Amino acid sequence: MNSAIAFKTIVVKEVRRFTRIWPQTLLPPAVTTALYFLIFGKLIGDRIGPIDGASYMEYIVPGIILMSVISHSYANVVSSFYSTKFQRHIEELLVAPVPNWVILAGYVCGGIVRGIMVGLVVAAISLLFTKIDVAHPWITVAVFMLTATLFALAGFINAVFAESFDDIAIIPSFVLTPLSYLGGVFYSVSMLPGIWQKISLGNPILYMINAFRYGLIDVTDVDIQIAFAITGGFIVFLTLFSLYLLHKGVGIKN
Amino acid sequence: MNALSIRNLTKIYNNGFQALQGIDLDVQAGDFFALLGPNGAGKSTTIGIISSLVTATSGDVTVFDYDLRKQRDLAKSCIGIVPQEINFNQFETPQQIVLNQAGYYGMPRKEAIRRAETCLKQMDLWDKRNDVSRRLSGGMKRRLMIARAMVHSPKLLVLDEPTAGVDIEIRRSMWEMMQEVNRQGTTIILTTHYLEEAESLCRNIAIINHGRIVEHSDMAGLLARLHVNHFVLDLAAPLVSTPAIPGYHIERLSDYSLDVGVPKEEGLNKLFALLSEQNIQVVSLKNKSNRLEQLFMDLIDSTKQQGAT
Ligand SMILES: Nc1ncnc2c1ncn2[C@@H]1O[C@H](COP(=O)(O)OP(=O)(O)O)[C@@H](O)[C@H]1O
Ligand SMILES: [Mg+2]
Repeated sequence: MNSAIAFKTIVVKEVRRFTRIWPQTLLPPAVTTALYFLIFGKLIGDRIGPIDGASYMEYIVPGIILMSVISHSYANVVSSFYSTKFQRHIEELLVAPVPNWVILAGYVCGGIVRGIMVGLVVAAISLLFTKIDVAHPWITVAVFMLTATLFALAGFINAVFAESFDDIAIIPSFVLTPLSYLGGVFYSVSMLPGIWQKISLGNPILYMINAFRYGLIDVTDVDIQIAFAITGGFIVFLTLFSLYLLHKGVGIKN
Repeated sequence: MNALSIRNLTKIYNNGFQALQGIDLDVQAGDFFALLGPNGAGKSTTIGIISSLVTATSGDVTVFDYDLRKQRDLAKSCIGIVPQEINFNQFETPQQIVLNQAGYYGMPRKEAIRRAETCLKQMDLWDKRNDVSRRLSGGMKRRLMIARAMVHSPKLLVLDEPTAGVDIEIRRSMWEMMQEVNRQGTTIILTTHYLEEAESLCRNIAIINHGRIVEHSDMAGLLARLHVNHFVLDLAAPLVSTPAIPGYHIERLSDYSLDVGVPKEEGLNKLFALLSEQNIQVVSLKNKSNRLEQLFMDLIDSTKQQGAT
């Protein structure tokens, strides 16, 4: 009961935070992805033939939606939890009887909600360019939610270790963005030369993007079950690791 | 019952620095207690441990008989913390900050709204409830932290240097607020390095220095133990050198004034007689009010000497 109230308080606070600064959090993905759809999907895509039976525009929509979800659920938790730590109002939570798992769940849910809102914004914009009949609605929702959860957790761990604002920018710029671009947002791995196909299969984001594409337009380069297993495995591991870090007080207690 | 009981508490920070060397402390329920010590003595470290922000290296802490390790949630619910540094989200409003804190304590929304109103009013912040807290004055920010600390009606309120850096007028009004809270039954522990503050507010006191408790007693008893009173004497004629009078500690403040430490057993009459013998005429005198300061310096000097041997 007490934990439920504490949880709700954290989630509401998190959602209020990113909606209050919506020009920084909700507007940019709308603008960037509109440009992606226009330039890659429309102008260039019209000159590229269909991939696996889907038009190029249809092909890139799932990847662009999921890429936005990945970067925003991550960004929400990493910047919010880091500034909570940095400005020391994390102490408000630590002095109160709030269990660690509630702190984690609260921040991660905040990240998921941001992922959902950004995902909906981007999906709405894609509707201006193409129409998609969702092929497998439940798989679509499941992949969406699991991906948002995974990257919200990853953002949390980044924030725990971060000691400066630089530290919260490094992973998104040098790991997440490249892995997303190389995760088959704009192409099918089958278009790559042999060795690069194999290397690409070591990129976990590739599985999520393909699973999401499967959910939306029934096209995928990978086995969906493997994609779920990888995503689920990461979630379990990152959850346990986050709880361990909180238990040890890493970065938040002396 | 003790509101707080600390046994053999030590803290070694990650860099190897030992901030607490094994302290014992008892604060009775209902007390207004001062933890006094110079900068770096270990006050904030002690409070950090009480508030679960710092992990103790060893030792036990109980709060209203709840063990801080084994019954942490119950102990936490009894404590309200006002930290030394501002630590709320400066982009939120005072009302939001207090309501969030109530939520973290698991308080249902309706009750939280009512309590937040009470606490903000008590701290004279109700008019400011919807302002961005970054814009509040220094004194208001501190009062906001007190309102936040009281929202769950803690039985023990711990304030870490609540009046550091605020001007004298605000300090006095905060003293009144704290006294009122104490009268209503909340135990208060205050850290400070203003001796005047401890002397005028607190019934019991501990003095900490270099991570050790060097004194732990009631204020009246402590002051009674002072065996030297200090006076400032204004003189009729200028002095060229500092007069020496055996048994008295004399310092020349200016050509026309002296600071004299008068041992209680000697008294003033004898002093005046001895001064007259040296042809020194006293025009007026005033009692140097910071008696506690002298005691404090003595205690700290004596721990220094112990440390040197
Ligand atoms: N995180 C820390 N790491 C290492 N040393 C610390 C840390 N925090 C405080 N100290 C040291 O511990 C001592 C006690 O500090 P503190 O408890 O803040 O003193 P006070 O509040 O009485 O001024 C000081 O010497 C301080 O430098
Ligand atoms: Mg301090």
